[in-house]
Amino acid sequence: MTIGGTRLTVRSGAFILGGLLVALLLAGVVSNFASAHPDGLDSSLREGCTFDADDNITGGSCPAQETKDHELADSPLADYGVKGVDNGYLSTGLSGVLGVLITFAVGGGLFWLTRRRSATATVTAGTGTVGTAGSAGGGGVTTGTPTPRPGDTSTPTGAGRTGTDGSE
Amino acid sequence: MENLAMHISNGIVNGPVAAAFGALALVALALCVFRSRQDLDDRLAPMAGLVAAFIFAVQMLNFPIFTGAVSGHLLGGALAAVLVGPWVGALCVAVVLIVQSLIFGDGGVAMLGLNITNMALIGVAVAYLLVALLLRILPRTVSGLAVTAFVASVLSVLVASQGFVLQYWLGGTTDVGNSIGGLAGTMAAAHLLIGVGEGLITATTVVTVAKVRPDLVYALRSLRPLSTAREFPVPGGAR
Repeated sequence: MTIGGTRLTVRSGAFILGGLLVALLLAGVVSNFASAHPDGLDSSLREGCTFDADDNITGGSCPAQETKDHELADSPLADYGVKGVDNGYLSTGLSGVLGVLITFAVGGGLFWLTRRRSATATVTAGTGTVGTAGSAGGGGVTTGTPTPRPGDTSTPTGAGRTGTDGSE
Repeated sequence: MENLAMHISNGIVNGPVAAAFGALALVALALCVFRSRQDLDDRLAPMAGLVAAFIFAVQMLNFPIFTGAVSGHLLGGALAAVLVGPWVGALCVAVVLIVQSLIFGDGGVAMLGLNITNMALIGVAVAYLLVALLLRILPRTVSGLAVTAFVASVLSVLVASQGFVLQYWLGGTTDVGNSIGGLAGTMAAAHLLIGVGEGLITATTVVTVAKVRPDLVYALRSLRPLSTAREFPVPGGAR
């Protein structure tokens, strides 16, 4: 699994872009065909109460009766709709598109800022990435496994690392 | 009326218990940030952003379970665990929950610790432990990966749902008395079916990524390489 720097970068970019497009399509269009029934959690909490057509509790006793308003119920995107957009399909779809972009920006941004920096990145282009990830994964399962410092990969340890992967 | 609350809403669990789980979640996420640094390189960071965005999108897609009067949606723990590993994966799901709570009014802000504990911490941890185990004992094929993703999804969703039952037992605001067992049963039954849906989505997604870019699947990189033998058809593998 050797990796050619530039070509990989382009292909990775294309993959991320493709994946993002799929997510946008799901959140922007397919979301309108999602089931509007209460989910597994909600329906479990509604057990014991009766509801009218507007989903208001009409009797009985159930955990859901204690539900309080959300702190940010007036947010412009509250309840997966865009405030001021009357068309239901457009409102849901638009909020989904914005949600995907916001999540990608916030998540991707934070992960990008906290990633290991270029000093190690140049090494990972050669032998590092697969091996380092391997030892990291091992550490995830058996906590306490001493993991080699990413910066120490200046010595060519490709064979040893592959061995680690296989034996794990 | 459309009710799109998908996570624990305000008022369901009392303040002290919610706050305690908030503290627990904060400590656990800090550990994840610390441990995730060894995984996060130039390649994994954008992938992790994509995984978070994808989970957000698929969580909007409630699918019907039972006879259709109840729905379910992806939690995303297994998907994140397979694609970006346990530490980054938990952070991905947490980012989704935080965005949903702070921007989309879904899941009380005061309840964030509960939701993060169930879906980001328990969900990802259970899924990753199963993935690590199953990838070692199942055949090294695409179908082995699919089965791994499916089983990890079902069980992680099931255990995550019981995380809520524990929280409700500790601090539920309605006295369910002896029927906490009833709540556990209702939650388990619903989430077993949700887990099946989650399993199908996760297996399809993971297998698709593994066929296009196997090097971007954390579990395959870190645990062992995927065999080139592909004697089984890929479920829903759009190419």
